Amino acid sequence: MQLKENVTPEDHSQGTEGANVTLVEYGDYECPYCGAAYPVVKRLQKRFGESLRFVFRNFPLAEAHPMAEASAEAAEYAATKGKFWQIHDGIYEHQTQLSAELLGTLATQNGLDPKAMAEAIKQHTFQGRVKKDFMSGVRSGVNGTPAFFINGILLDGEADFETLAAAIEAVR
Amino acid sequence: MSQILPAGTKAPDFTLHVTPDQTVSLTEFRGRPVILAFYPADWSPVCSDQMALYNEVLPEFQKHGAELIGISVDGVWCHSAFGKDRNLHFPLLADFEPKGAVARLYDSYRQEGVTERALFVIDKEGMIRWSYCSPVGVNPGADGILQALEALEK
Repeated sequence: MQLKENVTPEDHSQGTEGANVTLVEYGDYECPYCGAAYPVVKRLQKRFGESLRFVFRNFPLAEAHPMAEASAEAAEYAATKGKFWQIHDGIYEHQTQLSAELLGTLATQNGLDPKAMAEAIKQHTFQGRVKKDFMSGVRSGVNGTPAFFINGILLDGEADFETLAAAIEAVR
Repeated sequence: MSQILPAGTKAPDFTLHVTPDQTVSLTEFRGRPVILAFYPADWSPVCSDQMALYNEVLPEFQKHGAELIGISVDGVWCHSAFGKDRNLHFPLLADFEPKGAVARLYDSYRQEGVTERALFVIDKEGMIRWSYCSPVGVNPGADGILQALEALEK
């Protein structure tokens, strides 16, 4: 399957646009497999350096994971203040303690207003944005999380370091 | 993979239990599109679970006026526990007795005793307009269904 929505400046990305390889992850903040993939992506970024650009898109299974949608919306709120990756990383690094309280703590630690964040979650200010990511994943054949696209092609198989590194190596 | 009933076939009618004391018939849905999702078993792993995905995509199916129905050979009590645990907002029908009888009508029964992972989009007149059989271990996602629903409106 092929990525239907190209990466744009609206996306949350790390690395340069000129990178040889773009890795897009569709992820859910409460999914334990995404939690397991988090350090794998960090290792890949270290290994491939400037030749890898990483993009994260939301794919919360909100009915299965009660904190997934709120977490995604919290990260989107943070993104409007230039703090997307701080919240993204903070959630995955403390995934087993994921709660409204944790989101508030992460906000405070990163110089964000926890009340404003909580209000944005309550009002679903960023629901549309999260949904847009989700549907672009559905239309691209994402069937669960994490799902990785390497230069637009859906990775088939386990999201472990060796598999991802080999797939990136093959196209760089 | 077997050859499941293809597009252009009249969808065989059936009546199955959705709860211990309630049944559902396909004919009840005449007038709107129906998505029949046969799946091998309740309780597959959460993050890659097909039914969890469809649960999330349900509002998109509903935009097309479509009704989603899951079917497996699991019994009603199993379905009820599974549906509750996963917060599923669509009915799961029990093709339990005689086992797999409805799956057989759709050429979607597997010898090992479960249904295929087979999808059918049925139009409002009861005609199969799209069908897809996924390898049993592969979650087919939702894009094929959405494309089929869009095609109904063309």
